[in-house]
Amino acid sequence: MASAMASRTIRLRPGADLDGFRAAVRHLVADEIPPEAVTWAEGDAPSLFPDEPAAGPAAPALALPRAVATLVPAVLMHRDPERHGLLHRLIWRVAQGERHLAEVASDPLVHRLHLMRKAVGRDLHKMHAFLRFRWVGAGDGSGEGSRERFAAWFEPEHHILAEAAPFFAARFPSFDWSILTPDGSAQWDGRTLSFGPPGRREDVPEHDAFEAGWTDYYASTFNPARTNLAAMRAEMPKKYWHNMPETAAIPGLVRAAGQRVGAMIERAPEAPVKRVPARALAAMAAQEPASLEALNAIIRASEPLVPGATQAVLGEGRPGAAIAFVGEQPGDQEDLQGRPFVGPAGQLLSRALREAGIARRDAYLTNAVKHFKFEARGKRRIHQKPTAGEVAHYRWWLDRELAFVAPRLVVALGATAVLALSGRQVPITRARGPSDFGGKPFRGFVTVHPSYLLRLPDEARDEAYAGFVDDLRRAASLAADLAPSGAG
Amino acid sequence: MDDALKKKLTILADAAKYDASCASSGAPKRKAEAGGLGSTTGAGICHAYTPDGRCVSLLKILLTNYCLFDCAYCVNRRSSNVRRARFSVDEVVTLTVEFYKRNYIEGLFLSSGIIRSPDHTMEQLIRVAKTLRQRHGFRGYIHLKTIPEASPWLIEQAGLYADRLSINLELPTEASLERLAPEKDGAAIQTAMGQMGERILQAKEEKRRFAPAGQSTQVIVGADASTDESLIRTSARLYDHYGLKRIYYSAFSPIPDAASILPSQSPPLQREHRLYQADWLMRYYEFSPDDVAGATESGMLALDVDPKLAWALRNRDRFPVDVNRADREMLLRVPGLGVRAVDKIVAARRHATLRLDDVARLTSGLKRARPFLVAADYAPTRLTDRLDLRARLAEPPRQLSLF
Ligand code: SF4
Repeated sequence: MASAMASRTIRLRPGADLDGFRAAVRHLVADEIPPEAVTWAEGDAPSLFPDEPAAGPAAPALALPRAVATLVPAVLMHRDPERHGLLHRLIWRVAQGERHLAEVASDPLVHRLHLMRKAVGRDLHKMHAFLRFRWVGAGDGSGEGSRERFAAWFEPEHHILAEAAPFFAARFPSFDWSILTPDGSAQWDGRTLSFGPPGRREDVPEHDAFEAGWTDYYASTFNPARTNLAAMRAEMPKKYWHNMPETAAIPGLVRAAGQRVGAMIERAPEAPVKRVPARALAAMAAQEPASLEALNAIIRASEPLVPGATQAVLGEGRPGAAIAFVGEQPGDQEDLQGRPFVGPAGQLLSRALREAGIARRDAYLTNAVKHFKFEARGKRRIHQKPTAGEVAHYRWWLDRELAFVAPRLVVALGATAVLALSGRQVPITRARGPSDFGGKPFRGFVTVHPSYLLRLPDEARDEAYAGFVDDLRRAASLAADLAPSGAG
Repeated sequence: MDDALKKKLTILADAAKYDASCASSGAPKRKAEAGGLGSTTGAGICHAYTPDGRCVSLLKILLTNYCLFDCAYCVNRRSSNVRRARFSVDEVVTLTVEFYKRNYIEGLFLSSGIIRSPDHTMEQLIRVAKTLRQRHGFRGYIHLKTIPEASPWLIEQAGLYADRLSINLELPTEASLERLAPEKDGAAIQTAMGQMGERILQAKEEKRRFAPAGQSTQVIVGADASTDESLIRTSARLYDHYGLKRIYYSAFSPIPDAASILPSQSPPLQREHRLYQADWLMRYYEFSPDDVAGATESGMLALDVDPKLAWALRNRDRFPVDVNRADREMLLRVPGLGVRAVDKIVAARRHATLRLDDVARLTSGLKRARPFLVAADYAPTRLTDRLDLRARLAEPPRQLSLF
């Protein structure tokens, strides 16, 4: 049984001494020492715990509910000298049986601790927001030696520097910086974040070449017709102002606001000096690509949706061709050569076209997606099927392209082409044969993609190939039937 | 920074400030790569506040304020006599990077007047974003204002580099658009929104990076005769159909060199504020557009009480609500209780019985909440029947703006 002990004084390192506090509390709980019997002090003298001989070996760790465990480090950052005692009271009550205490936000003690945590959170947030770096210099060497250096002076309200600094390291890894505060400093050298002694305001340059421009920006983005000083001060309390260069503009802005608004409201509208730029307006409307070449230039200049492709692979063939074939997307060979249907599947298609009596050079060949997408496996680039979203991205171009080519019949090779043309996912087995792609201005025909044939086992391939050639023959005769001269 | 650039910045920031959106939220958390620059935190950061109380989070500028369009409400319309300027792509990139390095901003909000053609303009905007991402390894926030008249493939390419895209509706009805923005086409705007909404959703499903912070829009309040009810119903439809992340309501503000067909008056800030509150009720408080409409008077939200209080005053029979027993949905209907307060109440009452003092510690809105709730030691003395309840709870009129 623990004896009622005389009052104890526990001395912790100044600031947020989580380790010291944890060690101390473990002992206090193990010895059943109530909060009333403890005096907490901050200072550089060594802590009474954890190595006070009378306490014996380190006390066992406490199993605390999560809501308590997360509250402790946050509250310890608060500057209130009572923070240790308050936390000890919370932990004491939890250890005495009030396991859910930290969830009872209406309890006065919990309420107070929550307010403290909130104040610390706000201070952290404001430090991330209101700290301003100034340029210090740049090395003259190459590589590492040419890094820029920046510095900032900030006065946090609570002991938050160690907690706040990693944010800046994640955001600004590419230059060296230091943050100086009255309680300590933080340094980043591109690799490590380190902490040091307090700094002085004078250690940071007095000016920065971009501050005047930034202040002008700040002033320009203010709308005098909406002046609301209370709202500004609530979010940006005055105590932060002296470290924020732009706030120098505030008095002038506020003074002039009323007069500026009055002038805007009273001023009679003026007649526009400029005449209506009719020619420019007319030209503006004509932005659509006017030819297949213009469209192709746009496609060629566009970034692939999924990075990696060597180039865009454009359609090939004669505008006005009777039949257009739409495949899925360029493959490895197509990507390197910049031409559609030149790889193994393309060669198979050429052969099938020949056998079906279609001259490849009289047809138009293109793909639903214009860039190769792959997964690199060693040196090999393994084709990856485009997603529905990718197909949808490219469909604008396909639509325009086919409008310029104006074929009588469009043959969709495989499910991706059907998706691109109709906007719907349909299994090829169901869609195979004539189709109108849900209201397109041309007739359509659906068959498999030649790469499907290449993937079949040998024994099934011959029959499937024959069926494919058959489809192409049917498509050719359908196209012939659609010819204007053949009608009637 | 040289004077010429500073002058452009002044003109092009001034021209951009009427766009209310400022948020840098909604992007997934990102860190800079070694040698790169920038991160995003999820919730966004306001790096300063101007004397209008609004947040300065992004460098909000126009690429140019030359414009071929003639939207009456806009300071940049071609018939306005304002000073004009034009940034080069590199100038915007430099300003963004240098401001960012000094921790002035979270990123860039770039918009533009329409020069040469919508496509040309859109290409320039995309080029800025692409340069920031690819040449500077910039991982900060980018919001691009999309030109709905641009070709669809360009609109979609913007999503490759931007965190957020917006297409401004500006006016809620076709008729107003026709009258005030002759070159704009309401149907085209909505088509572009729909297209964008689809792409964003699809990319999310396919786990591709495409405008991860979604799309937003802005509606101008007070430039035409639309009622609050119609605005709210339009908003509900936009949230539903196009998956918008946010709708900004922007009180029509006097501008230098205003057009003669528009009211010249102080911006209706209180009305704007009430619309935001109503919007909030729909998004976080499980209010339907009909609930909100039910709190209006001939389609307009009251200015002296907030929409939640207005609704409660109209539905007094549903109160008082017992804080120790009522379900969450009904607690959310109590004026003065925010989402956080309600969640704390629900958590705390599992382990304690709440008295009025306890509730007072959980909300700052007890004055408004009191007549509508019951606690262990408290019940309102038929306060909900009192005729003067509204007058007692109304706010004194004042100029107010939350954003
Ligand atoms: S298009 Fe209309 S709203 Fe946009 S900048 Fe031009 S005039 Fe202003």
